[in-house]
Amino acid sequence: MSEENKLFKVTIDNITIEVPPGTSILHAARMIGGHVTPPAMCFYTPLKESGGKCRTCLVEVSKGSERDPRPMPKLVASCRTTVMDGMEVKNVTSQRVLDARKGVVEFLLINHPIDCPICDQAGECDLQDLSYGHGNEASRYEFKKRIFVKHDLGKYIQLHMTRCIMCYRCVFTADQVTNKRQHGVLFRGEVSEIATYIEKSLENDFIGNIIDVCPVGALTDKTFRFKNRVWFTKPEDAHRDCPTCCGKVTLWRRGNQVLRVTTRKDQWGEVQSFYGETGWICNECRFEKKDVNDWVIEGLSTIPRYSVKGANKYKALEVPHETVGEVIGRKPKLMMDIHTVSDVNNPSIDLSKIQGPATSDVFNKKQIEDKKEN
Amino acid sequence: MGVQLTKRAKPVDRRPMTWLESLYLWNIMKGMAVTIKHFFSRKVTIQYPEEKRSYSDVFRGLHILNRDEEGRERCTACGLCAVACPAEAISMEAAERKPDEEHLYREEKYAARYEINMLRCIFCGLCEEACPKDAIYLSKTHAPANYHRKGFIYKKEDLLIPNPLTEPEEYKKALGTIKREPKS
Repeated sequence: MSEENKLFKVTIDNITIEVPPGTSILHAARMIGGHVTPPAMCFYTPLKESGGKCRTCLVEVSKGSERDPRPMPKLVASCRTTVMDGMEVKNVTSQRVLDARKGVVEFLLINHPIDCPICDQAGECDLQDLSYGHGNEASRYEFKKRIFVKHDLGKYIQLHMTRCIMCYRCVFTADQVTNKRQHGVLFRGEVSEIATYIEKSLENDFIGNIIDVCPVGALTDKTFRFKNRVWFTKPEDAHRDCPTCCGKVTLWRRGNQVLRVTTRKDQWGEVQSFYGETGWICNECRFEKKDVNDWVIEGLSTIPRYSVKGANKYKALEVPHETVGEVIGRKPKLMMDIHTVSDVNNPSIDLSKIQGPATSDVFNKKQIEDKKEN
Repeated sequence: MGVQLTKRAKPVDRRPMTWLESLYLWNIMKGMAVTIKHFFSRKVTIQYPEEKRSYSDVFRGLHILNRDEEGRERCTACGLCAVACPAEAISMEAAERKPDEEHLYREEKYAARYEINMLRCIFCGLCEEACPKDAIYLSKTHAPANYHRKGFIYKKEDLLIPNPLTEPEEYKKALGTIKREPKS
């Protein structure tokens, strides 16, 4: 009994912490938090068997354990290595680790199109964070980047295979969260790609979660596609009484429009757990409930300070009491309602009601109607 | 005496003026000398509409939205200018390019709507710096005055430069008369 309750003492970057046996180095580092935590692109706590593929979480083990103090000869993937008692780990204090991570980032970016200005993931992309934090400023790669034949994954999910970093998170999600996996990784090596072998759409009740687990913009929400940038939408925690899933979500709103619905994520970008169960949400909540009235709003989500998602967010719009009219006895003539001039955020165009991305039809149709009326 | 704050403080001379001083002749002459001196110094004003001052090399004026060599709009509505804008003057809405619009827009996504509120803009140039697509620049013209506020909401039509392929005349005119020296 006492053997089971024994805690392992592990030192990461000279900070010692006691963790239960079987904890991975990554989790031990996350318990400490801050700069000590190695980044992780493929490891995802709620998904079993994930991790060990991207190599961004490499750390140096300078002392194996109390019994066997020899250092490990190579850098190890912290997400797949469990701690030993008396282990000493170096993350940011080791130049070897920093150099290796820089190399990994360079490899990950070799075939990445870096089309962040177009990508809907920009602003909450793990690869963006990683390359800003650990990569070089410029690429040394001069050759053609790989391209793929485009696959259509149905009306909900948009696949950009060029952005994929082959983390297998979506495959594990489809295996473990949905009852039947319909997509997978085809071919090998450089030409391997995420696809459905026979062209068909992904239609499982919980398949939308692969959008949330994707660390890059390879799998994005078609109903949110190009609607707005992530950092201009306001994240709010909300819930609804859903018969199939937990119904606890984050709404990404612009004014009164619900532009996007995602799972609630914790500080590591992973889906939060509620009452011991991972908070995966169903397709109906994610793609079909794009109305404020469908949801009970709990309040603003907390956004880490470093994130661009928190830019220009105001808790509540406080309109000061207008006294001009009371003083001069009539309504002021020179006040301008911005919507009489501006076309942007036109109240009559509800982007959340459009299935896919808006095209010129959506905007021009309205203009033509306006001209007819005038 | 209170605390002395500075050593340059002079005590005020409160003696009554003498008869010669009460004529103010000397003081008037001193004042006139200052005035007359300015008749012969360099004028600081210019005769505005006839004469115009040249703008500084780093002058930041009205924005333009750029096109590429093929006349396609460069802006992809990535929103970096809007998030960089300290005055929150820029707003936009994005749309997906249709297959028959490839000659109009450079990328898959483009700005269907793009507006700059020149009442809010402080011409700091941060949008220009933030742009990853060479799409927005600040030109060397200032925003003209207007009687109405609505005249200061600049839309995409007002900001886009003329298409060098379909409107070469206007494009040439828009390049302006400022000489561009090649950077050495």
